[in-house]
Amino acid sequence: MHVTSPVREPLVLGNKSYHDVTQDIACRVEEKPTKLWFIAFGVSLVMLALGSASLFQTWRLGIGVWGLNKTVGWAWDITNFVWWVGIGHAGTLISAVLMLFRQKWRTGINRAAEAMTIFAVLCAGSFILMHMGRTWLAHWALPLPNTYGSLWVNFNSPLVWDVFAISTYLLVSLLFWYLGMVPDLATIRDRAVNPISKSCYGFFSLGWTGSAKHWQRYEQVSLILAGLSTPLVLSVHTIVSMDFATSVIPGWHTTIFPPYFVAGAIFSGFAMVLTLMLVTRKVYKLEEYITMTHIESMNKIIILTGSIVGIAYITEFFIAWYSGVEYESYCFINRATGPYAWAYWAMMTCNVISPQLFWFKKIRTNLVATFVLSIIVNIGMWFERFVIIVSSLHRDYLPSSWAMFYPTMYDVGDYIFTFGLFFTLFFLFAKYLPVVNMAEVKAVLKSSTDKPNHNH
Amino acid sequence: MSATSGKFLVGIFDDEDVLLHSIPDIRNSGVKILEVFSPFPLHGLDEALGYERSKLDIAAFFFGLTGTLTALTMISYMMFFDWPMMIGGKSNFPLPDFIPVTFELTVLFCAYGMTITFFIISNLIPGVKPILFDKRCTDHKFVMAIDLSKNKMSEEEITNILKENGASEVNQKEF
Repeated sequence: MHVTSPVREPLVLGNKSYHDVTQDIACRVEEKPTKLWFIAFGVSLVMLALGSASLFQTWRLGIGVWGLNKTVGWAWDITNFVWWVGIGHAGTLISAVLMLFRQKWRTGINRAAEAMTIFAVLCAGSFILMHMGRTWLAHWALPLPNTYGSLWVNFNSPLVWDVFAISTYLLVSLLFWYLGMVPDLATIRDRAVNPISKSCYGFFSLGWTGSAKHWQRYEQVSLILAGLSTPLVLSVHTIVSMDFATSVIPGWHTTIFPPYFVAGAIFSGFAMVLTLMLVTRKVYKLEEYITMTHIESMNKIIILTGSIVGIAYITEFFIAWYSGVEYESYCFINRATGPYAWAYWAMMTCNVISPQLFWFKKIRTNLVATFVLSIIVNIGMWFERFVIIVSSLHRDYLPSSWAMFYPTMYDVGDYIFTFGLFFTLFFLFAKYLPVVNMAEVKAVLKSSTDKPNHNH
Repeated sequence: MSATSGKFLVGIFDDEDVLLHSIPDIRNSGVKILEVFSPFPLHGLDEALGYERSKLDIAAFFFGLTGTLTALTMISYMMFFDWPMMIGGKSNFPLPDFIPVTFELTVLFCAYGMTITFFIISNLIPGVKPILFDKRCTDHKFVMAIDLSKNKMSEEEITNILKENGASEVNQKEF
């Protein structure tokens, strides 16, 4: 039944039929890679290559090649890990949480956002493996029986919780993403002319035919996965925040971290989705599927989560003063006026001021402003993790231990590796898989278009 | 689906509302519908076709429970029975500390258990050839398959019933 809402903007513009949806999205998978794609892919491969060289040296020579020292034991490695994990949370939020809240607009962006999540979590995982130093002993983080008496991992430690949380998060996100893709892979299989395409997409589409019984089970499984993924999003970044919150040093040992980190993760994740989607929709001509409604809705979530982050900053600062604990107070005075003050003020400007600009409709419906601000937010969120980690470590309780941290080219190179990995995977995804969930968009087509289309 | 051979009638519908409204009438006329295929899930279709509720949610619960018990058993064996250690002077079984790992394993077992069960019972396995009555069912058409061997009515009667109820095409298919 077609319903035209008097108050809502349509989610799919242009009077599309179901076949149009298939055509518009599948054609991007079926066409040959364009010159633009080769250039973009080439750039990401170059970053991956340079980054791999840096990573190889880091692995070969040890993490002494980073700028770390006894005082500042974590810096870019963990900053980058938390940054990437945070970005990954938006995908699951869009797929799972927005499904539970019945926000139909998620259908235009959830496929690409989930892909982003998986690639971001892989990048985060690479930092975990890197920072161990002896990566060939990474299995020691798992509770496997061994010949050391069976020496087990310490389940009281957030570092062990992280092992389970990040692994579960990666695996469940991958599952949810793949499950959602099965019907679309079947669509591409049935349109495929090239026998290799047909057999590849056929293999991964598991023989899907869209039978009513299968859809019935599929819907139930999707709903339960959404219900599972929602607490997963919340728990994973809470556990990441516990890496800091359960410690004893000023600036880290604070109960605000779990909600603060989760809100911050969603904040940076949505900013990254915007950065990616604004470019993808332009290049793939998907403006009728990823409309101004989608962009505005994402910007509104950025206002919400950005404001929570801003309030968390104020709370931290207030409690540091109100508690009367001089170490905590000093930590914040040092952040604002000490040697890393430039990072602190970058963080404040990028994270507190920029999302507030989205209150103005003119700004949140402006594509260029949104794109620029999405990048600024991500830069701000990198600085937030840097400030939390480095400024708290470099000056804690004992002044004789105070030291500075300066990144080396390997800190930078290993970060570039993750950008190379992320974009290589993303461009492969954009070329060989449908970037929009065709089946879900068709399911909301009738209730969210401006005019009913009888030409199916 | 076990029907892979014989003669079938395939009704093609262009609009899901027409399809959904036609189902009670078609079933009341005495036609036994084998299956309906659509490019996206249709709300109310499984009910209209008389399908039982899926019990995957119950399976999911038990998989999750397995995850919880596995986690708690593993952790208590390792931290309490096998090699308890003095860590910060704290108890050997601080349950709040074990909640994160227990929760994660519950979610992992539930998600994978349920989804793999779904794939297996639906015969959705890599390499399985799809049984397509009409290729457009994954694109933009709604396809109703009728197994002639399970119906007493003749082909013409069924074709007429389908056409009267809104099918834009009625084709024959043999496997």
